[in-house]
Amino acid sequence: MILLISSVSIGVLLRNHDGLKRPLKKIAANKSAMLSMIILLFFLAVGLLDSIHFRAEGQRSSGVISVLDYCAKPLWQHTEKTYSAPFSAYLYSKEYITQDGGDKVWAFPRLQFGGSHLTNPESEKTSDLLSLLMTGLSKGLMLCMAGVGLRGLFVGKKSEQSARRYCPGFVCITISILIVGVAGLMELSMYYHIFGTDKVGEDVFYQTIKSIRTGLVIGSLTTFIMLPLAVIFGILAGFYRGWVDDLIQYIYTTLNSIPSVLLIAASILMVQVYMANHPESFTNLESRADLRLLFLCLILGVTSWTGLCRMLRAETLKLREMGYVQAAKVLGVKPFGILLQHILPNVMHIILIAVVLDFSALVLAEAVLSYINIGVDPSTYSWGNMINGARLEMAREPVVWWPLIAAFVFMFILVLTANLFADAVRDAFDPRRSQYGQ
Amino acid sequence: MPLGMHLIQGVVSMANSVLSVKGLSVQFQTHSEKVYAVDNISFDIFESETFGLVGESGSGKSISALAVLRLLPRSAQMSGDHVYFKTQDLLTLTETGMCKIRGRRIAMIFQDPMIALNPVKSIGSQIAEVIKIHFNLTAPDIHDRVLTLLRQVEIPSPESRINDYPHQFSGGQLQRIMIAAALAGEPDLLIADEPTTALDVTIQAQILTLLKSIQDKVGMSLWLISHDLALVSTVADRVAVMLKGCIVEVAPTMQLFKQPKHPYTQTLLAALPSFDSCSADTVLTRNILLEVKNIRISYPVRKGIFNRVVSHIKAVDGVSFSIQEGKTLALVGESGCGKTTLGKGLLNLVADVEGQVLWSGKDINGLKGDSLRRMRSNIQIIFQDPYSSMNPRMLVGQIIDEGMRSLHPQLSAKKRQAKVAELLQQVGLPVECAMRYPHEFSGGQRQRICIARALAVQPKLIICDEPTSALDVSVQDKIIVLLKSLQRHYGISYLFITHDLAVVAEMADELAVMYQGKIVESGPVYQVLNDPQQPYTQRLLNAVPKIVWD
Repeated sequence: MILLISSVSIGVLLRNHDGLKRPLKKIAANKSAMLSMIILLFFLAVGLLDSIHFRAEGQRSSGVISVLDYCAKPLWQHTEKTYSAPFSAYLYSKEYITQDGGDKVWAFPRLQFGGSHLTNPESEKTSDLLSLLMTGLSKGLMLCMAGVGLRGLFVGKKSEQSARRYCPGFVCITISILIVGVAGLMELSMYYHIFGTDKVGEDVFYQTIKSIRTGLVIGSLTTFIMLPLAVIFGILAGFYRGWVDDLIQYIYTTLNSIPSVLLIAASILMVQVYMANHPESFTNLESRADLRLLFLCLILGVTSWTGLCRMLRAETLKLREMGYVQAAKVLGVKPFGILLQHILPNVMHIILIAVVLDFSALVLAEAVLSYINIGVDPSTYSWGNMINGARLEMAREPVVWWPLIAAFVFMFILVLTANLFADAVRDAFDPRRSQYGQ
Repeated sequence: MPLGMHLIQGVVSMANSVLSVKGLSVQFQTHSEKVYAVDNISFDIFESETFGLVGESGSGKSISALAVLRLLPRSAQMSGDHVYFKTQDLLTLTETGMCKIRGRRIAMIFQDPMIALNPVKSIGSQIAEVIKIHFNLTAPDIHDRVLTLLRQVEIPSPESRINDYPHQFSGGQLQRIMIAAALAGEPDLLIADEPTTALDVTIQAQILTLLKSIQDKVGMSLWLISHDLALVSTVADRVAVMLKGCIVEVAPTMQLFKQPKHPYTQTLLAALPSFDSCSADTVLTRNILLEVKNIRISYPVRKGIFNRVVSHIKAVDGVSFSIQEGKTLALVGESGCGKTTLGKGLLNLVADVEGQVLWSGKDINGLKGDSLRRMRSNIQIIFQDPYSSMNPRMLVGQIIDEGMRSLHPQLSAKKRQAKVAELLQQVGLPVECAMRYPHEFSGGQRQRICIARALAVQPKLIICDEPTSALDVSVQDKIIVLLKSLQRHYGISYLFITHDLAVVAEMADELAVMYQGKIVESGPVYQVLNDPQQPYTQRLLNAVPKIVWD
C-alpha cells in the first residue's frame, strides 16, 4: 500500500518536474486520453481509499477496516443468505417459509436487506428504482454544481482564461457525468444489491469495488518490479555486448526455460509453508493475504521481465550503431550519458507499450492464477477469485451470471482505459508525430 | 489504324508516340490542405526514344511514373486530360485492363534492387513469374526464356545461377536481374526510376551501357528518371526538367545543355561539380596535422560452437597518408573499399586498429579513458545519412550543446547557449531552430546542424564521411560552399571521404584513391584527376558520367 502511494506520488512529481509542456498539452487535447485518464484516476482513488486502513471496534473479525469500507458500510453489512439476482427483492433459491398462519410454503423468500423497504416488490419496484436513481442523480448534480461554484470561487475571474485552457468543458462534463453516475449507483446500492449477491450472500458490487485495489496492486507493483530489471539488463546487454551480454542472456534464457506457472506455484507454496511454520508472526487473516499478494507480485515480476528485456536488447543493438550514438561517442560523452540521453529516450516507446500490455496481461494473469488456486489468497477480493467462483456458478441451473459479468465489466474498463491512455501518452511524447497534431 | 487514331487525337508528330501525357496532376490530401505532387504536366515519349526526366528529390518524378502506371498510394488523387499509351487512355482503363498493360506493355525498374526483389524466392522464379502471367508458355519454355533473358543482361553462367537467391548477387548484378524481369514481358516502354543511384560509379556505367544496348536491340522506348543531370545527358535523346511538380523545360539533350532556357535548368547546370574547378597551383607547405602510418583494420570471422576466430577480413590493409593544417584530403573509393572503416578507425570507433596514428607527432591510436576524451575535441565527424545521425528526441539546441557540455564543461550554460546561436548562424540557419526537433528540417538543413554540432567543440580536423551523397545536387553545392568557407574562417582540415569524384575536384587539395583496403594512388587533386597513373584510377575516372558538350 505504501508502495502504491509512493508510486503514484512519484508519477505526480515526475509530471510536475517535466518541463515538457508541449506533450502534456497534446494529451490534454486528446479527448479519449482525457476520458481514460479521468476513469483511471477514479479507479486509482477507489484503490487508494481502500488502501488506507484504520481500526474500528466491533466492525470486523480483525477490527481493521479501510476508508472505503467505512464509506460503503451498508454494502458489506447487508449480507443475505445466499445468491440473489441484481436488483432483486427475493433470494435466488426456494425455501420453506413459515407464513403467518403457521403453514409452510415452498417459495422464494424475501431478502433481508435488498428491497426490504418495499411491501409489495412486484408493483412498487420499478417506480422505487426510478425514484432512487433520480434522488441519487440529483444529489450528484448538486455536488457538481457545488464543485463548479467552488472552482469559480477559487480560480477567480483573472485566471479564468488560463484555467479554461487546461480544464476544458469536456473534462468538466466527464467528471460531472462520473460523479452523477457514481452518486446514482451509491443511492441505489443503499437499498438494493446492484450486482446481486454471491453464494454466501455477500454483495457482488462490493466485491468488484474491493477487487479494484487488488487489480491495481498486482498490475502496478509487478510492473514496478519488472521494469527496472528489464530496462537495465536489456539496455546494458545491448550496449556493452561482450561478456555482459552473454551473462544477461544466460540469465534470461534460463528463466525462460522454466515454465513460469510452475515457478509461481512453487514459490507460492513455499510462502504458504513458511506462514504455516511461523504462525506467531501472522496473527490475522489480512496480513497473511497481504503477504501472499505481495509475494505473488514479486514472483510475477521476476518471471515476466524477460520478454521486454529481449526486445530492449535488440533495439539497443540497433541504436548503438546509429549515427547519433557514434557522434556522441566522438563528442566525448560518457557511456552512462549516452545510455541516458540517447538510448533510453529512443526505446521509451517500446517500454511504454510493453508496460501497458503487461499491466493488462498481469491483471488477467491474476485471474488465471487464481483459477488454478496459486493466485491471491482465496479470502482476498479479486476479479480472479470471482471468475474462479463463476466456474461453478455457470454450471448451475438457472445460471448465476452476475459475478462473472461484474468482474468482467470492471476488468474490461480498467484494461481498456489503461491502453487508450498509454496510446495517447506514447503519441504525445514522440516528436516525429507531433507535427501532425498541431 | 494507329495513324487514324493519332489524327483523331490530334497528336501531330513525326514519329509515333508511345506515351502521350497531357495535363496530368496528382494531389495528396493532408490534414488541412491539398498538396500537388505533380502539377499539370504534359509530355510525349516516342518510339525507340530515350526520354530523361530530371529533378531533385520531392519534385514529383517518381510520382508521375507511378501515376502513369496507376500505382499511386490511396491518399493520392489523380486527374488529367489524357494519358495515352499508344491508343489506350490509361486514365479511363479498367483495373483489369491496367494489369494487362503493367509488366507486359510498360515495365518499370526501381532504384534499389535489394528491396524490389523478394529475398526468399530464387531469381529464376521471380523472372519466370512475369512470363507466366503474361504469356501462355510451358514450363520448359519459360525456363529457356529466363535463361535467354539472363544472358541478355550479361549475368555470367546463368545456367548455374538461375536458382540462386537475391542475397547471393552483388548490387550491380541484382539491378541486371531487375532489368531482365522487366524485359520478360517484352514491353514497349521501360520506365527506369533512378536505376543506378544505389550503385558504384563503375557499375553505374556498365548498367547504363547495358540498358542502351538492349534498347537498340529490342527497339523499345526508355523513360529514364534521375536526379543526375550528367548521367541523363550520356543516354537520353530528350530531357525534361521537373521542379516542384511542374515540367519547366523539355528539349533535346544537346539543346538543353547548350541553351538552357529556364532559370532553374541554368542553376542546375551551374551547380554541377566538374573536374575543371580544381586549381593546379595548390601550394603544400603547411605543418602536418595528422599522419597515418601503415594502418590495418580487420574484422574477425567467427565460426563453430565456440565462436573461435578462424580468419580475418581485412577492411583496411596498410594505409598511410598525412593531412596538413587547413587543407583537405579526399579519400575516394567505391563502396566496400574500407574508406568509412578507416574514418571510424581514426576516431577509435572500431576496435582492433593496428598501426600508428600520429597527431602532431604523438601516437593517438588506442588511447583510452581521459586521454581519449581530451583528444576527442580535436577530431570530429560528419556522417553520410543526415536522418539517422541526430537523436530524434533531442532539440537541435541540445544536440549542438551536447559536445560542449561533455568536452568543455568549464563553459557556463549561458555561454554555451550563446555559442549555439552563433554556430547556427554560421551554418546558415536561423537561431530559433535551437528549439525545434531534427525531423522538422530537410536533409540539407540537417547536414548543416551536424556540421554545427561538430564545430561546437572547436576541432582541428573534421572527418566528412560522404556528407553530400544523400543530398540533391543544388543542396550538395551549398554544403560544399559552407564547408569551404568554414575552412577559410577556422583553418580546419578535412578528411573528405566520398565516392563522388566531381565533388572531390571542388573540395579537396589532395586526393587518395582507395581500392580493396589499400591506397592505390595519391597526390595533389589536379595531378591525379588529370593525369591518373594507376589503371584503377583511370577506370574510375572514365566511368564518371560527364556532360558531353558536343
